[in-house]
Amino acid sequence: MKASDILNETYSALSANKVRSGLTMLGIVIGIASVIAMLAIGNGAKASIEANIQSIGSNLIMVTPGAQRGPGVTVSAGRGSAKTLTNEDSDAITASIASIKAVAPEVSGRYQVTAKGKNTNTQVLGTVEAYTTVRNISVDSGSFLTNQNIDSTSRVAVIGPTVRDDLFGLESDPIGETIKINKIAFKVIGVTTPKGGTGFGSRDDVVYIPISSAQRLLSGDQYVTTINIAAATAGSATAVQQSVNDLLMARHNVKDATSADFTIMNQADIVATASSVTSTFTALLGSVAGISLVVGGIGIMNMMLTAVTERTREIGLRKAIGAKKKDISRQFLIESIFLTFIGGVVGIALGTFIASVVQWTGVVSTTVSLSSVVLAVSVSTIIGIVFGYYPAKRAASLNPIDALRYE
Amino acid sequence: MIDIQNVEKEYRMGGSSFKALRGISFSVKEGEFVAIMGPSGSGKSTLMHILGALDTPTSGTYLLEGADVSKLSDDALADIRREKIGFVFQSFNLLPRTTVLRNVMLPLMYEGIDKEERLIRATKALLAAGLPESHFEHLSNQLSGGQIQRVAIARALVNDPAIILADEPTGNLDTKTGEIVLGTFQKLNREQGRTIVLITHEPDVAEHADRIILIRDGEIVSDSKTHTKRDVVHKIKNI
Ligand SMILES: Nc1ncnc2c1ncn2[C@@H]1O[C@H](COP(=O)(O)OP(=O)(O)OP(=O)(O)O)[C@@H](O)[C@H]1O
Ligand SMILES: [Mg+2]
Repeated sequence: MKASDILNETYSALSANKVRSGLTMLGIVIGIASVIAMLAIGNGAKASIEANIQSIGSNLIMVTPGAQRGPGVTVSAGRGSAKTLTNEDSDAITASIASIKAVAPEVSGRYQVTAKGKNTNTQVLGTVEAYTTVRNISVDSGSFLTNQNIDSTSRVAVIGPTVRDDLFGLESDPIGETIKINKIAFKVIGVTTPKGGTGFGSRDDVVYIPISSAQRLLSGDQYVTTINIAAATAGSATAVQQSVNDLLMARHNVKDATSADFTIMNQADIVATASSVTSTFTALLGSVAGISLVVGGIGIMNMMLTAVTERTREIGLRKAIGAKKKDISRQFLIESIFLTFIGGVVGIALGTFIASVVQWTGVVSTTVSLSSVVLAVSVSTIIGIVFGYYPAKRAASLNPIDALRYE
Repeated sequence: MIDIQNVEKEYRMGGSSFKALRGISFSVKEGEFVAIMGPSGSGKSTLMHILGALDTPTSGTYLLEGADVSKLSDDALADIRREKIGFVFQSFNLLPRTTVLRNVMLPLMYEGIDKEERLIRATKALLAAGLPESHFEHLSNQLSGGQIQRVAIARALVNDPAIILADEPTGNLDTKTGEIVLGTFQKLNREQGRTIVLITHEPDVAEHADRIILIRDGEIVSDSKTHTKRDVVHKIKNI
């Protein structure tokens, strides 16, 4: 039997039973498409959460006052609750620790901010020029706080785009206008570039003022709520964290690490925490997809097995007129490969399409990964071959009369 | 050419068993035209399947051109079925939803013959079996009973087999078409020396044969040269 004849025979067997072939393929398509789409959504969500975390700064180390708690908890609740960190701590870090790109202390609190009769309750963050480097902040119009502003305790402010929209109207130009924080007038000198929500508090709904002004006019003391440190490289972050810890323990006369009156958090820890959450999420979606794959697989199985009665008679007939076992098994192997291949291609296309529709709606960004494609295609191919090929192979070893009589 | 000795076939169904053939022995020489007759259920088809290397006897020997069929491998049996034997099934067994031409060309495809050659030979076989060319592209479920029968015959003839085994090949045909088909078998037998074994219920048909084997309850009751039609009718009545 010639190779071209086997292909031809496969093609005509499939097209002679369009409904059966179509339904078999549908099972494969649904299985593969759902796995690909689900994993794409999971991976996309994971990637965008990680990207958001990266956007808060690079190689960032944050020191906050108060005792060590679980990561995440400290970020929202611990800050500002204890007053143990000072400007001097920050200066000491700058002065004595190597491998640091920049250090930016901050004092933050929520205040009522007004301008032209409108008002908003927002975060007011006193900091220094280096904050832009440490936290990846850039300015859209005007300029950021300069060290000169800090030295002279200037009453100037850089506002986030959300604050600008709230106080001055959408897309307006507030440079040179005056805002009042706690009834004290500040002149707007810049607006920051939108960063979007991060899940760690929006970086757009904030007002930046010189740290000296914040301490003198708002908090009234010399304490800071966070010291942000950017390590020079990702590799040096751990070493820097250790040095900062040692330095502050010495400065605060703490002997035992467990009774430290400050907390140091590394960006890598935050990423790890968030990744474990998103991995769980992806695994959840993956198992939903896995169930679809199993359902799709049962569909394939069902179609292939229902077809066995009719196919067994066909196999008996083919053998009766002189087909060899291998002629038959080859035809059926190619048939199942063909079905799963076409079904696989359509499934990949459909899954990718669903993923891009989800992306387009903007709910979550999606990433179709090669591994999900490989997984989905190999599972359905195995199912297709096992349930399409093996019953046929078994039928091919019956004698022709028994196969023809099969019911 | 064909030589069977003490062939038995026992069907087992659950607990019970049924002997469809009980020690059949006969031989067919090359170029002979043999008719097998007998009442329904007497084991004719069962015997024919064994002769066609489609089924194996429970006991006994079957020598086909000197080779012991029971000792051949599955693939060797396939070769015999493809190259030496043309089989017309009682229930025809055409490939469903497949055109007449494809059905007839199927044995040639497994033989590895070129497409053009297949078409030529299938056309010849179909015309010899009396199917008009207008029906060549019909699907197997778009044919009348007689047409299906002719396609089944054409498929048996298409590979120019040395032996043609036909299980009631004219059962569904009108007298005239039946005559044409029988004429074809007779021509193959007389002019080309093909060996033919056919099963029939009709004395008219059996009359064309050189020899008639009568079977009842899985046993041969008579094996003799053809007599006149009257003799045949008489014999059948008596069994
Ligand atoms: N697969 C089988 N299992 C059990 N019994 C069978 C099987 N095939 C045939 N038989 C029995 O064997 C006997 C002979 O059957 P066979 O088909 O050979 O009859 P036949 O002579 O061809 O009859 P007909 O003229 O009606 O075609 C019947 O009694 C039948 O019931
Ligand atoms: Mg019969």
